[in-house]
Amino acid sequence: MDEMTIKMIIAICYVVFAPLIGGLLDGIGRQISARMQRRVGPPLLQPFYDLGKLLHKDPIHVSPSQNFLMLTYLFFVILTGGMIFLGMDLLLAMFLLSTAVMFLYFAAVVTGSHYSAIGAGRELLQMVAYEPCVLLTCVAFYVVSGSFETADIISGNISPIAYMPGVFVAFVFILTIKMRKSPFDISTSHHPNQEIVKGITSEIGAKNLAVYTLAEWYETVFLMGMVAMFVINKNPWSILAAVLTAFVVYFLEILIDNSSARVKSELMIKLSWTVTLVAAGGNLLVLMFMFG
Amino acid sequence: MYKITRSPWVMHYDGSSCNGCDIEVLACLTPVYDAERFGIINTGDPMQADILLITGSINTQNAPVVKQIYSQMSDPKVVVAVGVCACTGGVFKDCYNILGGADQVIPVDVYVPGCAARPQAIIDGIVKGIGVFQERLEKLENGTLKQEEKEDTEEKKEED
Ligand code: SF4
Repeated sequence: MDEMTIKMIIAICYVVFAPLIGGLLDGIGRQISARMQRRVGPPLLQPFYDLGKLLHKDPIHVSPSQNFLMLTYLFFVILTGGMIFLGMDLLLAMFLLSTAVMFLYFAAVVTGSHYSAIGAGRELLQMVAYEPCVLLTCVAFYVVSGSFETADIISGNISPIAYMPGVFVAFVFILTIKMRKSPFDISTSHHPNQEIVKGITSEIGAKNLAVYTLAEWYETVFLMGMVAMFVINKNPWSILAAVLTAFVVYFLEILIDNSSARVKSELMIKLSWTVTLVAAGGNLLVLMFMFG
Repeated sequence: MYKITRSPWVMHYDGSSCNGCDIEVLACLTPVYDAERFGIINTGDPMQADILLITGSINTQNAPVVKQIYSQMSDPKVVVAVGVCACTGGVFKDCYNILGGADQVIPVDVYVPGCAARPQAIIDGIVKGIGVFQERLEKLENGTLKQEEKEDTEEKKEED
């Protein structure tokens, strides 16, 4: 098989299986959360039941442009993941992700609802909080492997995490912000009995919520893929270790989600920038001396 | 045809109430009653909701709000009135600004009695509502629902 066919197969597998894995992870997450709160919790396949129902509901929109904006958001999120799994430029993928978030922002503000507007504004703040760390992570990968291409990053002799443990810590920290988990669920919340109802998803309607959920599942999968990238090296067995690491990180996110209350946005930015600067920045300085 | 039985999403509106029933609605979501095990989720967006849960009575100020929320929900939809206030007006019935129960402004499908309604009763009411929803969905897909709704609204107009 030539390289092109292999890439096609990877791309198709990603587009088809990522939402299945993402939905299952979501279901597992909801079950673990329920057990942590001593509840029975919803069935494992609940996220799929919800998605199916949302897709079947009669669409009512506040604004017709919202459909287009949400679909574009989904498209860019899928594209971001595709680039990462196809071994393409990591930096470009991350820029695509920022573009995707802009579409989500506009989809929320076109509704004219105060709640979604506040949620959208806060989504931008979240972006401000995690973006520096994402960039530093890309740079650190470049310094270690000499390339921004994910295919080169994962084919080193030693796992990148050996050189960049600080960057890994910072990345896991901002993952909580990126995945909108408590204590950093400031742009949206899991329950609507709070001050901004559901924030950015308050007014997007049933079908668009389904699109948002799908995008979230794709996002979970490629973010976990990025976590795995820290561990994978030339040895095929490292993939197993990487999957395990991704599971541990996902469990950690749920644990943090369940054991903390939402913080104010200023504190979020201060915390994430401090962690980014100290852990990721410090690590990067050391790397530059080592590889410089 | 899809089944909502597995994921009924609820929109909760609090009218003129003493907040007793609202606390009980929230109690349904706590670990003790764990409504989420039936897939019940409390949502803030009427466009995403299947069931409208109303607590408290209807007064002159919230009547248009309730009507608007109801109109923003897509068909089929079900209304569950929780507590005697939402059923009939309850203890507030004789106040100068109270119109009565939720059925004064929108069609109600399930009445959950009690002051305050117990969480078990509320969950039971929602489960009954799911049955009504599924029935209505079948009718909607056969094309017989619209006719009935029309008759409903005509009746309402005559009353007005
Ligand atoms: S039914 Fe009773 S508990 Fe419920 S809102 Fe009315 S007065 Fe309060």
